[in-house]
Amino acid sequence: MRYAALATVAVAVATCVAAPARAQDVAAPSRPSATTTTASDSALEAQTTAVASTLRCPVCQGESIQDSPSDLARQMRIVVRDKLRAGNTPDQVKAYFVSKYGEWILLDPTMTGLNILLYVIPVLLVVGGLALIAILVRRWTAPETTTQ
Amino acid sequence: MNWKRASIAVLAAAPLIALFAYGFSRDPAEIPSPLPGHAAPNFTLTVFAPGDGPLMQPLGDTVRLGELVGKVVVVNFWASWCGPCRSEHATLSETARQYAGRPARFIGVLYNDSAASATQWIGEMGGQSYPALLDPGALTAIDYGVYGVPETFIVDATGRIAYKQVGPVSANILHQWIDSLLPNATAAGTVPRTRVP
Repeated sequence: MRYAALATVAVAVATCVAAPARAQDVAAPSRPSATTTTASDSALEAQTTAVASTLRCPVCQGESIQDSPSDLARQMRIVVRDKLRAGNTPDQVKAYFVSKYGEWILLDPTMTGLNILLYVIPVLLVVGGLALIAILVRRWTAPETTTQ
Repeated sequence: MNWKRASIAVLAAAPLIALFAYGFSRDPAEIPSPLPGHAAPNFTLTVFAPGDGPLMQPLGDTVRLGELVGKVVVVNFWASWCGPCRSEHATLSETARQYAGRPARFIGVLYNDSAASATQWIGEMGGQSYPALLDPGALTAIDYGVYGVPETFIVDATGRIAYKQVGPVSANILHQWIDSLLPNATAAGTVPRTRVP
């Protein structure tokens, strides 16, 4: 049982290891170029932030393009904003980036195909771990039987 | 030995070993590209370094990928601050020279760099046979799913991306792909690798 528990923990750790990306061209974050702010600008910025927060920065370690200060992330945010301004929906903008970088670009993978495992396996690991703990606690706290 | 316990341990460890085997067998920095097999994104970019010899294109000219249908096009994203770009530069320049006069074009696209630095770099490297283009805002790079340099795309004569290389490209890869994709390639020409779905 102890081996199984160790393996369960190790699988959980391995599942959490994110694939690192090639980091480069880090630069200061940009600001919106507009000098005056209107309600529609604010709405556009909010929508840009919302979409950019769901897209993984290709040159960072587990950061969204919204949070990353890299040049590429900044340029991708501009693309997001421009596409939204042009009338694309957030889903269309995300689909554009998926068509270029694959599903990898989504910080939260869609629940389709093998991606479902990404959602199911952690739950199974937690449930299995709790069950294991319960079994072990019961065994350790059970009164010892003596045979005489 | 408790065989039951040993069996459970082996069964529990098997998925872990498989996971590690999978993880260690792939480059964690590589982002699988969905682009090979699909139409190459069109672009219209301006020449900032004309190249030399027969492949030269005047400074300030625009290059439209859509106008190169019928030719195999090698699109190389690079930058002067990129170390690995140095190691592939001579290969690209020489291979481009070898295909001059055939329906193949080489294009360099500058990635997050200034024209001044890039021009100086080309001079330091002893020149470049094919033209280099500016990509303001990295819009074309993003359109190609570029996430680092160098990255090289080989576009076939119909405008479809046949191959994507992440990292320095070799002469062998260039020759194999271009030869197999040239419009007059014989039936003997075979596609060397299987990145095309």
